[in-house]
Amino acid sequence: MLRVENLYKSFDGFMAVNGAELLVEKGRRVAVIGPNGAGKTTLFNLITGQLKPDRGKVRLDDEEIGHLPPHEVCRRGIARSFQIANIFHRLNVFKNVQVSVLSRQKNSNRFFYPAHRMAVEETDRILESVGLLDRADDIAGSLSHGDQRILEIAIALGTEPQLLILDEPTAGMSPDETSATMALIRRLSETRGLTILFCEHDMDVVFNAAQSIMVMSHGKTIIQAEPGEVRRNRAVQEAYLGGEEDA
Amino acid sequence: MGKNGSSRITVLFLAALGILLLFLPSMIPRFYTYILSLIFVTALLAMSLNMVVGHGGLFQFHHCVFYGVGAYAFALMITKAGLPMWLSFIAAPLASALAGLMIGWLCVRLTKLYFGMLQISLGSLIWAITFRWYSLTHGDDGIHGIPMPGLIAGTTGAYYFILLFFALCLLVMYVIFKSPFGMTLQAMRDNPDRCAAVGINVRRHQLTAIVVATFFAGIAGVLFVVLERTVFPDLLFWVLSLEVFIMCLLGGWFTFAGPALGAAITVALRTFVGIYTDYWTLVLGTLLIFLIFFLPEGVMGFILEKLESRGRKEVSGPRGV
Repeated sequence: MLRVENLYKSFDGFMAVNGAELLVEKGRRVAVIGPNGAGKTTLFNLITGQLKPDRGKVRLDDEEIGHLPPHEVCRRGIARSFQIANIFHRLNVFKNVQVSVLSRQKNSNRFFYPAHRMAVEETDRILESVGLLDRADDIAGSLSHGDQRILEIAIALGTEPQLLILDEPTAGMSPDETSATMALIRRLSETRGLTILFCEHDMDVVFNAAQSIMVMSHGKTIIQAEPGEVRRNRAVQEAYLGGEEDA
Repeated sequence: MGKNGSSRITVLFLAALGILLLFLPSMIPRFYTYILSLIFVTALLAMSLNMVVGHGGLFQFHHCVFYGVGAYAFALMITKAGLPMWLSFIAAPLASALAGLMIGWLCVRLTKLYFGMLQISLGSLIWAITFRWYSLTHGDDGIHGIPMPGLIAGTTGAYYFILLFFALCLLVMYVIFKSPFGMTLQAMRDNPDRCAAVGINVRRHQLTAIVVATFFAGIAGVLFVVLERTVFPDLLFWVLSLEVFIMCLLGGWFTFAGPALGAAITVALRTFVGIYTDYWTLVLGTLLIFLIFFLPEGVMGFILEKLESRGRKEVSGPRGV
């Protein structure tokens, strides 16, 4: 479904992504891991159009999407969450998701119809599926950190993506919240057949949830394989255990 | 059902206010009728600015340029081109919207303060042209004694004319505020990157908002001419833009009607404190300092917050969408 080939991106001479390779097959849960500064977030930003690659290819099915702006990438069925909770703070929870649903329905530009009658059922359904329906009226900025992260996933779901990209979905969450979030992600993938690409620091989470793991270090892909194989791989052990100096 | 109750109160309040405004000119001196008309014009200008600043999160620092363009376009179409009044009335706001499109098209490429800087520069350029192009605009002298049809030539006639269009514009603006377009705009204010990531073309949406807002600013400019029958370059000067910006902050820029309240306060201050001292802006400045400390959401924001927290205590109402 998604294939990244030989991708490069530098910032002022620093090679943030330095020859990354990634394959995401339809319906799978794929994780990207690597030490801090390995280029995981940059890679995601390159895929979803927040950044433009210097070199290399990002292919969605058969289309090159590496040079599209974010809204065009989204319209091709890729939705994402961000590492820092990225929500609409002043709007209530319902509207946060509704904005996204309206966008998918191509209704964002309608002037003369009250928004509160539009996309209500679908928005409610999404909120229910992530367990935020009873918070629908609350201002998004007042939610707990964990709920804000969940809301972010809900916003992403509003665009009815084929591929959902999650940048450290459980960062800053309590153990309970983490397991609830991972259960949600698993459910999305199993019941809806949603393809999921995520990166994560918590290795337990990764090895439990992912069906395929890509390991990055210094912007380069070391390996992409099944969890068992990744665990046994020497290069991976070196990247994590042997003399990784950047924090 | 506190929400329904409070919206019923709002409707009743608006109806009472509307009736009061209809009969007011026969009860008060002409000077006050004039001041009220001026408040409507200024309020429309402030609310048009707030569409982009408060709801869209765009730093449109030099908004009154479009007010001035509307006013000048209207004045020139009547005096120089000899177009009929009604045609000029439609064409002048379109001229403002066109100016908004041109300046906005360049500005939406930048964000935040950079947007604001470019907007001020380009706006000031239009001011400079108006100021210097003597053969067309009469420069600093302005254009005076613009003829108006008999019906709206007097203060009372102008008052009703302005009130009618003010109310119409407000209605349309409110519908837009509550529409998917308006809601998406507010989401964009909170987080443009997130909007792009859910498939919204942020720049195009912002540009549309600017064009709509400058159109309404143009209507305000036309109404100013109806009231004053004169135009001068100060209508496009940055000082006025700053004043209008302050009105939005004062009234509450995250609310819908706040800027109108801010405009009323500012015009009233200028009129009534201005009688005693030329330094009425000193009062405005002091007020602003207190505002920033005590009412960061503006006067209207403060009132709404009080009403809301009271409503929440009574009943937790249904979804407030």
